[in-house]
Amino acid sequence: MAFNHKHLIDITEYSADDIMTILETAKNFKQVNERRIKKVPTLKGFTVVNMFNEPSTRTRSSFEIAEKRLSADSLNFGGSSTATVKGESLVDTVKTLCSYKIDCIVVRDRWAGVPRKIADVSGVSVIDAGDGKHQHPTQALLDLYSIWEEKGDLAGLHVGVVGDIAHSRVCGSLIPALKIMGCEVTVVAPPTLLPARPDILGADHVTSNLDEALPELDVVYMLRIQRERFEGAPYPNLREYNLLYGLTEQRDKLLKPDACVCHPGPINRGVELDSFMADHPKRSIILDQVYAGVLVRMAALYLLLGGSNDGIDA
Amino acid sequence: MALMLKNARLIDPQIGLDEVADILIRDGKIVEVGHNLTMEKGIERDLSGKIVTPGLVDMHVHFRDPGQEQKEDIASGSRAAAHGGFTAVCTMPNTDPVVDDAVAVEYVKARAAAVGKCRVIPSGACSKNLKGEVLADMGDMYAHGAPVFTDDGHGIQDAGMMRRVMDYARQFDTAIMVHCQDDSLVADGQVNEGVASTRLGMVGWPAEGEELEIARDIALCRLTGCPLHIQHITTKRGLDLVAAAKAEGLPVTCEVTPHHMFLTEDAITAEYQTSLKVNPPLRTAEDAAALVEGLKNGVIDAIVTDHAPHTDWEKDREFELAPFGMTGLETSLGLVLTHLVRAGVIDYGRMVEAMAVAPRAILRQEPVKIEAGSTADLTVIDPEAVWTVEVEDFCSKANNSGFIGAELVGRATDVYVGGWATMEDGAIVE
Amino acid sequence: MNDASLVKSVCMDADEIERSVTRIAHQILEANKGAENLALVGIVTRGDLLAKMLAHKIQEIEGVDVPLGKLDISFYRDDFATHFAPEVHSTDISFDIDGKTVVLVDDVLYTGRTIRAALDALMDIGRPAAVQLAVLVDRGHRELPIRADFVGKNVPSASDENVRLFLEEVDGISAVEILEIEPGKRAGSAPIKNNGGE
Repeated sequence: MAFNHKHLIDITEYSADDIMTILETAKNFKQVNERRIKKVPTLKGFTVVNMFNEPSTRTRSSFEIAEKRLSADSLNFGGSSTATVKGESLVDTVKTLCSYKIDCIVVRDRWAGVPRKIADVSGVSVIDAGDGKHQHPTQALLDLYSIWEEKGDLAGLHVGVVGDIAHSRVCGSLIPALKIMGCEVTVVAPPTLLPARPDILGADHVTSNLDEALPELDVVYMLRIQRERFEGAPYPNLREYNLLYGLTEQRDKLLKPDACVCHPGPINRGVELDSFMADHPKRSIILDQVYAGVLVRMAALYLLLGGSNDGIDA
Repeated sequence: MALMLKNARLIDPQIGLDEVADILIRDGKIVEVGHNLTMEKGIERDLSGKIVTPGLVDMHVHFRDPGQEQKEDIASGSRAAAHGGFTAVCTMPNTDPVVDDAVAVEYVKARAAAVGKCRVIPSGACSKNLKGEVLADMGDMYAHGAPVFTDDGHGIQDAGMMRRVMDYARQFDTAIMVHCQDDSLVADGQVNEGVASTRLGMVGWPAEGEELEIARDIALCRLTGCPLHIQHITTKRGLDLVAAAKAEGLPVTCEVTPHHMFLTEDAITAEYQTSLKVNPPLRTAEDAAALVEGLKNGVIDAIVTDHAPHTDWEKDREFELAPFGMTGLETSLGLVLTHLVRAGVIDYGRMVEAMAVAPRAILRQEPVKIEAGSTADLTVIDPEAVWTVEVEDFCSKANNSGFIGAELVGRATDVYVGGWATMEDGAIVE
Repeated sequence: MNDASLVKSVCMDADEIERSVTRIAHQILEANKGAENLALVGIVTRGDLLAKMLAHKIQEIEGVDVPLGKLDISFYRDDFATHFAPEVHSTDISFDIDGKTVVLVDDVLYTGRTIRAALDALMDIGRPAAVQLAVLVDRGHRELPIRADFVGKNVPSASDENVRLFLEEVDGISAVEILEIEPGKRAGSAPIKNNGGE
């Protein structure tokens, strides 16, 4: 095992072997999560700061559970009380945190590139929990894990990513990660929600016709639509979005019999995903993704915070 | 007091001069150019191996004075200019308060007279407070010494307003200089739209956001007849528009920065270097190559720096929150010498045209020539000086250069403004 | 299998290993008065293979299938922070260990740190009535107050040596060898090729 990363910031810095190491390690954490004492002492004495500079309940909870189950001491820092609100610069905030003698920063920020900046300033391990519209690598890993568990293998799968590609940090990590693992990727989106160069992310095919794309796909990954924006919205209304890009019950017949459906949550029912699909007992692996979040985050913390591999002890 | 510059290679394309000779200067003017000149009394400088050109002019700088002197002020900015080999600069009006009336013009001139190490030519705003809504006091500012006008930092969004600016300016011997940016397309654009915006996950600043306004302003130039100067042009298609306008005979000129010629969007890596965050953004390699070609073939008139100083703490932050701009005064000449002249892309004559002759013409300044009777604004260059761009070496208050660590060959060693040395042997003369 | 130049001596051959396993199986049954309520848990990697051999042997002797599990102690090691994140193998204990007499099985008993970790790991899984320890080789050099209940062979060794068990099932040959420690490596079980079939 040659896993030798200090940070998890940019998924494109990880090889297929690195990613498989994380997935396999994650799998071995299942037994910890499924027994009475859901905790191991591995990170006893490590301090992990969850620096969430924009609101996120789900990702932060998932990290927090992963940290606690590894016995790390975790500090939640951020939200509306962030120092940045008081005018402190990011750099000063990070230096302040480092004065507490911490070991790892898990960061969510609304601006792209912040995790790298924090890594440079802090010198500690940094995990990107989503930066602006850039990347969200642990989301990609949990997606890969869920698909891997469901399908048994990743290479050769045809994955369709549907929805707001342009503003999605999930895509920024997921599409490159799928390519690293040998998947074929089709992105499906209205042209107003496509990035300038989807090919740069790794998309093999780009289309705005969901019905034509669906029959080819082994995995349909539905992205969340941001319904907050109305003025200057990239589509006329939610009804039309659902008509053109929603995974509806009627579209079920277009899917391969064994195609599965993913969604990073939270779901907008009736917009990108109908309840029929979201709750489909055979197709939906959405709740498996949530569980996988804890597993891959435990694996990432475990692998990143271990020292350098210099042989084995008795 | 007489000053004799001996044995330098004199280059002035305006008069077809390129030979080793001597220059005799008295009372701020060149009195004689020739071989084996002598004088009775005065200072003699042996400039063997050096090159002397008409003093370089950077017609696009931000000195942040008044209002943001923590970034730069007229004293530090003009020292940086002298250090970079410039005898004159044109300051942009986006200070605080904005240079949109005669008082502000007089302030800049007065500070420059008091503490300046180069000539400082203030440009005035086109619209009050750069809002693009109401005409600034262009006539009054013109009378007080602002020869050109610009809302640099902003495009004037409303075509009707832009027409009003150009129509009104037509009564003066001036040019309207334009920062071309259609806000409805650019919005919160951070980096070039395309590979960089996708890779870095940030809002793109599309080339079309610049090209649309170039096309519009050329049309308005045709309509009004007002001379138009396109600032910091960055794209190949933008250049094509300028070339077509020039071919049509319209009074259109344009400028380019070293960073848009020598850096591309690919330089911005996962490190999110804020020093490379500039407006307009770094474009593609194809665009950069087209800019070099445009400079070579004359579609581009002038090289400018868009010297945009910021404090370290303003730049040392989230890319999307960091301000746009990089410094340039102290690297421009070295970059041009290294990447264009030494590389054989252009000759010294073309460099002098782009860095001294054209800027003076566009700024409606009296030409400086290396001939008797001309003002003795001269730049002395050591073409063989090998140096590395280092923060410690800057006279500017700011360190936000995108070229820190670059290895360059050639730089200015001496600068004379009106016969007075502002820099000698690489050191600012106090 | 191993760089022959590093092998200093072979202290157990395949027959000896077989005989030791047989003897340990008898001792376990004797000490516990049969196989009732007994469970075997081998520590990966190789302790689990030994545990499987012991389970077969007990089946032969008593005709009873004792519950068999394997335990990975990666998450419980005391050198995680200072050394490395060890490769994680799966823990597989599919029976309830509460109230059982669990015999922990490992190949070589050395510092005792592995056993300490294994005891902690076991306690987080359940509450056995008793835990006993069976090892094929005890090479000494204990750093913790731990001793084995069942020992195949005591092998005196130096701390700059490695004592390793090889098993036909995974290594192609069964033997216990004393080896010089390779430069840059530390003492420990031999790695299993092909990721040990995990």
